[in-house]
Amino acid sequence: MPDKVKVATVWLDGCSGCHMSFLDIDHVLLDIADKIDLVYSPLVDNKDFPDMVDLTLVEGGVSSVDDRAKIIKIRKHTKLLLALGDCAITGNVPAMRNRYPVAAVEERAYIENADVNQRPPSLVVPKLLPKIQPVHTVVPVDIYLPGCPPPGPVIRDALVALLNGQMPDVSPRFG
Amino acid sequence: MMPVKTFKIDGQDVSGREDETILEIARENDIFLPTLCNIAGLKPVGACRLCMVEVAGSNKLLPACATRVQEGMEVTTNSERLQKYRRMILEMLFVEGNHICSVCVANGHCELQWLAEKLGVDHTRLNYMFPAKEVDVSHYRYAIDHNRCILCTRCVRVCAEIEGAHTWDVSGRGIEAKVVTDLNTPWALSETCTECGKCVQVCPTGALFKKSRAVGEMVKDGQFLPYLKTMREVDNA
Repeated sequence: MPDKVKVATVWLDGCSGCHMSFLDIDHVLLDIADKIDLVYSPLVDNKDFPDMVDLTLVEGGVSSVDDRAKIIKIRKHTKLLLALGDCAITGNVPAMRNRYPVAAVEERAYIENADVNQRPPSLVVPKLLPKIQPVHTVVPVDIYLPGCPPPGPVIRDALVALLNGQMPDVSPRFG
Repeated sequence: MMPVKTFKIDGQDVSGREDETILEIARENDIFLPTLCNIAGLKPVGACRLCMVEVAGSNKLLPACATRVQEGMEVTTNSERLQKYRRMILEMLFVEGNHICSVCVANGHCELQWLAEKLGVDHTRLNYMFPAKEVDVSHYRYAIDHNRCILCTRCVRVCAEIEGAHTWDVSGRGIEAKVVTDLNTPWALSETCTECGKCVQVCPTGALFKKSRAVGEMVKDGQFLPYLKTMREVDNA
């Protein structure tokens, strides 16, 4: 039996909708379950990114120092990197903060809109970068699947093609 | 009797009156050319450059919307070079505004979004500028979100050519350019706007929209234009 394809998914600055859409491929998940090892993902309990992964799906833009460190490490340990959804590709809704300084964004989120503990976090929560950036402006990306989120069938067709050793032939739209 | 010109588009024999454009003849023959500033019923401005074509014997690319047909010309509409430039143009439009399709009133009904899909733009190779742009919601019925405006000037032309009000125009230059009502007054204070809404209907994106429309609910209808244009010509004659 051939080795299983090692697949990872990562969630940067997005809403997790792309991961939900990934789960929306329903019974195809069962079909591909025999062919892949999900080695790292918000959906599995593995804290460290493995040595070498065949395919990583990245949801969300690069918004914090943690996002940036993660995606640089992931790129080094991934053969194919797939930008999943508009946040990873354009910045999308999280990029609406880009016209304001980080201090103003934190003021709005943690002070003006907070009822208790009115202060920006100083521990644990990673520092925001001045602007959220699309993934491909930080590390090279091999495949783009736009959409907010990309529809389940689009993710399904792309995964099935990739598992068959082909590049996906899909051109979904933004939004 | 207007002389007829015969010529070739992508090797196909076609013909048109001498006052017609390459774009009009291409459309008559079901040959696809992408456009954003052009809309049937308004004068062409050649602003968006998406309909650029190659014409044998010319080094320059010519805008099909603003180039009259000529006897014997050989037009190419879809070479690799043209495809490359068209994708580049769309990418530039995306990065110089804030086009957040997922939360736009025109999501799913937007000509910019549709062309990106059609021409295979799945990301931009240029850095996003994330400009700080304004939204004018002063009018009780309509609004303009400059984040989504691509400066096609359809609103300017429909207001001047069809409605005859010329409320809209362009102010500023280059990256500072924006469409304005009257002399850059809030829309609600415009003394010339007749509130006809034609600008909203011809806008290719979600920049101009009717209020109270949620995401994806602003469906544009520019089909009335050729009729209005014909009626205006009848009146003038």
